[in-house]
Amino acid sequence: MDFDLMMRVFPFFLEAALVTVQLSILTAILGLICGSLGAAARLSRLRFFRAIGATYVSIIRGTPALIQIFILYFGGPQIGIQLDAFSAGVIGLSVNIGAYMTETIRGAIISVDKGQMEAARTLGMSRWQTMRNVIIPQAARLMVRPLGVNINALIKGTALVAAISVIELTYTAQRYIGSTYKPFEMFLISGALYMIIIYVTGRGIAWLDRKVQIT
Amino acid sequence: MGLDFTVVPKFFDVIFIGVGWTVAITIAAGLLSFFGGIVFAVVALYGPLLVRLPFRLFAWLFMGTPLLLQLFLIYFGLIQIGIDLPAFVAGVVGLGLHFAVYNSELIQASILAVDKGQNEAARTLGLSRGQALRKVVIPQAVRAVIPPIGNNMIALLKDSALVSVIGVAELTLAAQQAIGRTFRPFEFYVTAAVCYYFINLALEAGLRRIERHIQLSR
Repeated sequence: MDFDLMMRVFPFFLEAALVTVQLSILTAILGLICGSLGAAARLSRLRFFRAIGATYVSIIRGTPALIQIFILYFGGPQIGIQLDAFSAGVIGLSVNIGAYMTETIRGAIISVDKGQMEAARTLGMSRWQTMRNVIIPQAARLMVRPLGVNINALIKGTALVAAISVIELTYTAQRYIGSTYKPFEMFLISGALYMIIIYVTGRGIAWLDRKVQIT
Repeated sequence: MGLDFTVVPKFFDVIFIGVGWTVAITIAAGLLSFFGGIVFAVVALYGPLLVRLPFRLFAWLFMGTPLLLQLFLIYFGLIQIGIDLPAFVAGVVGLGLHFAVYNSELIQASILAVDKGQNEAARTLGLSRGQALRKVVIPQAVRAVIPPIGNNMIALLKDSALVSVIGVAELTLAAQQAIGRTFRPFEFYVTAAVCYYFINLALEAGLRRIERHIQLSR
């Protein structure tokens, strides 16, 4: 174990970890937006929107995230979408995780007791009012934990953008493995940084989950 | 540059071979992750402390870091200690171990959930501890977690695209070869995506059959 080398390269890994954090935060926000829209589409009364939602989930969950990112980044310019690697990475990862979040959010909404909807409608609330004031507040409590699982997967998923040369943690590890021939040391540094990011996020989600539960 | 899918049929042979390799990797890594998962679960639950603790650390590290990073570690790490594995083997080992850890978590929980009476009855009938585990407890435990293990297999198929990064010639790399000659990334990556989608459908259908078979034999 070459601790000297590890100390020397550590600052570069720390900088790369910040990029991974940025990628994760942006992807989580955009992914939640995609997931909410997807769930709204899948639960719509209009068949057209339901079909769009189902197709989105099926295509994205049926193909590898890496291919989706490649289509966007390398294939995008052919259909007039020019993105730099970082933006392509964020958008590709968000659209990907959004499909998984669609199912999480939809699952939470449909597991709210049917009687809630019926009771609110009987009291004269419109469908939209019921959704906003009765169903979603209850569903939100149910979705914090499973969304946390999605976010955990998303953080590890950000490593994929190393393949389109975004200088984040995995790309940096790969580069230093190539130049120092010390794969174990480089794995340990980057692995530890990933674990810290995931641990802190996990604690945050557990805190949020406690906060939203009715005691 | 517009889209022109007419170039795709000229590379059907390349794509077809890529599909074959992707299927081969998925099957090999899938089997490794299944049987490895059972072994890991037994080690994690019943192994001696000196084996159990390092194993827990290994499992914790594998679950907390990205697969891509692990593939780099295995491929380049083994070269460093003098084992020059072909990329295909390194890819199968990396994918297989990664998902074995996830399967092991499922199987561990399931082993603990098997009714205690089963083990006691088997021991009373004269089976040794190992026999009771192997012939009574594990078959029931594994059977109960086939559906979530199936989900891991589907994830494995999609993650097999990652081994293209360490140079395993599968579907994603086949698409890249075709792109290298035609400079048409959109067409070939979409073609690859369509292939993955259909392999995925076939895998899901196969898993459903297995699940039905298990439910019937109960």
